Amino acid sequence: MLRSARCFLTAVAWLLALLVNVLPAAAADEAVLRPLVQALAEGSFDDKAAAIQALAGTGDPVVARVLEVLREGDLYQRTSDDLVVIAEKKQRELVLFDPITGEELETVKSRAASKIKVNNRLRRQIDGALGALTLMSPDRGTRLRAAQAVFDRANPDQLEGVRTASTAEQDPEIAEILGQAEAAMVLQSEEPEKAKLAAVDTLRKRGDRAAMAKLQGVVDDDSMPGLQEAARAALVAIERHYAMLSAAQNVYYGLSLGSVLLLAAIGLAITFGVMGVINMAHGEMVMLGAYTTFVIQEIIRQKAPWLFDVSLLIAIPSAFLIAGGVGVLIERGIIRFLYGRPLETLLATWGVSLILQQAVRSIFGPTNQQVGNPSWMSGAVNWMGLTFTYNRLWIIVFSLAVLALLMAAIRLTPFGLQMRAVTQNRQMAGSMGIRTPWVDALTFGLGSGVAGIAGVALSQIDNVSPNLGQGYIIDSFMVVVFGGVGNLWGTLVAAMTLGVANKFLEPYAGAVLAKIFVLVFIILFIQKRPRGLFALKGRAVEV
Amino acid sequence: MGGLKERRASIVAAAAALSMLVAGAAHAQEDTIKVGILHSLSGTMAISETTLKDVMLMLIEKQNEAGGVLGKKLEAVVVDPASDWPLFAEKARELIEVDKVAATFGCWTSVSRKSVLPVFEELNSLLFYPVQYEGEESSKNVFYTGAAPNQQAIPAVDYLMAEEGVERWVLAGTDYVYPRTTNKILEAYLKSKGVADEDLMINYTPFGHSDWQTIVADIKAFGSAGKKTAVVSTINGDANVPFYKELGNQGIAAEDIPVVAFSVGEEELAGIDTAPLVGHLAAWNYFMSVDSEENDEFITAWHDFIKSEDRVTNDPMEAHYIGFNMWVEAVEKAGTTDPDAVIDAIVGVSVPNLSGGYSSMMPNHHISKPVLIGEIQDDGQFDIVYETPGLVVGDEWSDFLPDSKDLISDWRKPMSCGNFNVATGKCGGSES
Repeated sequence: MLRSARCFLTAVAWLLALLVNVLPAAAADEAVLRPLVQALAEGSFDDKAAAIQALAGTGDPVVARVLEVLREGDLYQRTSDDLVVIAEKKQRELVLFDPITGEELETVKSRAASKIKVNNRLRRQIDGALGALTLMSPDRGTRLRAAQAVFDRANPDQLEGVRTASTAEQDPEIAEILGQAEAAMVLQSEEPEKAKLAAVDTLRKRGDRAAMAKLQGVVDDDSMPGLQEAARAALVAIERHYAMLSAAQNVYYGLSLGSVLLLAAIGLAITFGVMGVINMAHGEMVMLGAYTTFVIQEIIRQKAPWLFDVSLLIAIPSAFLIAGGVGVLIERGIIRFLYGRPLETLLATWGVSLILQQAVRSIFGPTNQQVGNPSWMSGAVNWMGLTFTYNRLWIIVFSLAVLALLMAAIRLTPFGLQMRAVTQNRQMAGSMGIRTPWVDALTFGLGSGVAGIAGVALSQIDNVSPNLGQGYIIDSFMVVVFGGVGNLWGTLVAAMTLGVANKFLEPYAGAVLAKIFVLVFIILFIQKRPRGLFALKGRAVEV
Repeated sequence: MGGLKERRASIVAAAAALSMLVAGAAHAQEDTIKVGILHSLSGTMAISETTLKDVMLMLIEKQNEAGGVLGKKLEAVVVDPASDWPLFAEKARELIEVDKVAATFGCWTSVSRKSVLPVFEELNSLLFYPVQYEGEESSKNVFYTGAAPNQQAIPAVDYLMAEEGVERWVLAGTDYVYPRTTNKILEAYLKSKGVADEDLMINYTPFGHSDWQTIVADIKAFGSAGKKTAVVSTINGDANVPFYKELGNQGIAAEDIPVVAFSVGEEELAGIDTAPLVGHLAAWNYFMSVDSEENDEFITAWHDFIKSEDRVTNDPMEAHYIGFNMWVEAVEKAGTTDPDAVIDAIVGVSVPNLSGGYSSMMPNHHISKPVLIGEIQDDGQFDIVYETPGLVVGDEWSDFLPDSKDLISDWRKPMSCGNFNVATGKCGGSES
């Protein structure tokens, strides 16, 4: 939808550009360009690479358009006369445009034209060529992209073009990238050693992985010992910087993993921690929350696409209600008959989890469902050389918010008071007029509902399939037991500790061993402190 | 004397009556030929295997419309082993002993195949296994219609070396037998091509791994050493979605570090937004985007059968298509469904595959097929960027592992051996 709209817009923009560009001039170029464009459809990827280079060499503004279309996979070859055309998809039909004049040719069945294939190597080449062609574009975004592209490819043949663009550039950010691109090109060119030393310095200041890749080429070449030494020193400096950062990065990864553990475990901290029910169907509550998100996104896609970016905000209360409702049903239907019989509860809830999984499988099918990321949860931000992905950042914030809300609900609301009363002394609470069975059901519903909310967040980073919950059930129990049964602070501290420990072990031990080490550590810890990090004290312990 | 004669006559009569009775019973039973379908319809593997059950039902329905086999209708017997490996063996035994199926089509994971293998060998029945696997196995009773490592992994690596100039490799996999063996083969192969130790990074993750931040950051760091880097992924099933999402979010595009996957097909991509993945690769023997008349027919038939235009087709489905047609042709050729006769008849049988050519059953019970490399497109389909010039024959014992490089398998008589050692000239014990 967006794509075809963009195609349309680019086609229109291009037509306008052509009209402004005085038609006779374009016609004069056509004789030169036509065979070059035709060559894009011929032969192997090697031949196509040569054709792209030849096209880019003409420097004609039309070329940028053709290459962009080729990169997007919208350049086709008409089967009837082998003419290379630009095609716009319309369901099962293609609208064909002439690549040079831009006029609409005809609408054909999709089988009447075949797509000109590009692979990664060609796309890389096109990016470099397009970069050089669009460095002087009036649009800031295009220039920024172009500057980054010429830096990435660093083709010394483009050195002159970059220097010209660099002197003309007004925007400091783009000028800086152009300077770095110039440095990267100088390193590969035949420039004197002095210029190259300055270039090494420029790249050292940039100081990221991309700069390291450029410097590595110089280190491997021993024709200029002084330069080689400077590049090696620069590499060491950047690496030292990264080593320092890596601790910080690991803490962030750990907190992010911890927040996922926390989300998965909070609900269980209520049902298992507070009520003492060994709830094996907890993971399925998470899954129900994720499927609620999926259903809501589907409805939004069909009925109100403009709401897509807030779909998660709508999904949160819905997931809470649905998972919570199912939780109340499970409590009223099964668990209330089994209080005080942990083994039977375990088996019964295990059965419930299988029933829920298969029910979802029967309704939605066994395959993964696609839950989209809203735009504010895609991508990453770089800060001081650290990469923070938005979806993880939001999940950290979200998990803490859920925990805070839950704590507030337990401490400050009348229901929270009743809940605490019932768990601390059931008989006393009952004789004060609290309907304890009703409180039990709502408490279980609350725990399940919170698990449903966790499902909304987890749908953003994991697959939405009937098996979603199974991956989290062990981890959730681990967190609750480690943190101390019945203590939400303990759950928070345990989740974050386990997350960070896991992430610090992972680079050394690998993901599989790191997980095993963490489990062994918890087993040993529980031997020493059977009640977890934050044990409840006082009378409640014995109940 | 007369008494003896009389007794003999009565024995003959009794034997005749008995044989008639048996023949009658057999006749009643063989009004249809039963075909077993052994795919998980519940549990973790249902995500992949349910589709294969459906495609088998479709193939059987089509065959019955075309007149069945040997003049008899086929009857599908579907059982659900529920992603439970020991249950696979029980269900296989039930199919063979109780339902008396003529052949079984099934299994997905290697561990499920290993679990049923002794049952099929003991009861001498046939299994058609449709999924790419790690090789290092050959059984008289199993026909491997999926890819062996040389029909998937090696051509993919060759493509990256030749076309993208890759010099540094990350071998990332889920921690179980298929990735471990495939990576061992690839490691030996890459080293034989002159790749140094420091240019190889091997990484394993648990099943269902969902936190890829550290590993993707490591890959990014590994890829910034100035040499072109690629990731060869044997990451299985559900762990792929968060892996690709993390790649996209950390800004690793296919133009920088391409990922070639052996377990990601159209069905797996159906659950992801593929826009950030454009250009990442997969190697298979079939893609839904293959341009051939057979494929068009197959896709139309599939959409009609499943009553949805949205469902995709994938490589293991094609493997079942090939395997089923091979079995039908072998049965017609042998004139019976007797396993030994079919095993003898099926070697050399050629049937059309969906990429416009023919696949043949080889003496090692693997098949010949083309290898295709595809790049992911934003519509969840693959653009085929490379196809091997000819067919590649499945190599059950890898030439790149020291333990298996001298072994061959040939189930034709008189050799009939699954692990014949060409160096010592002896069969290693897997014989009929």
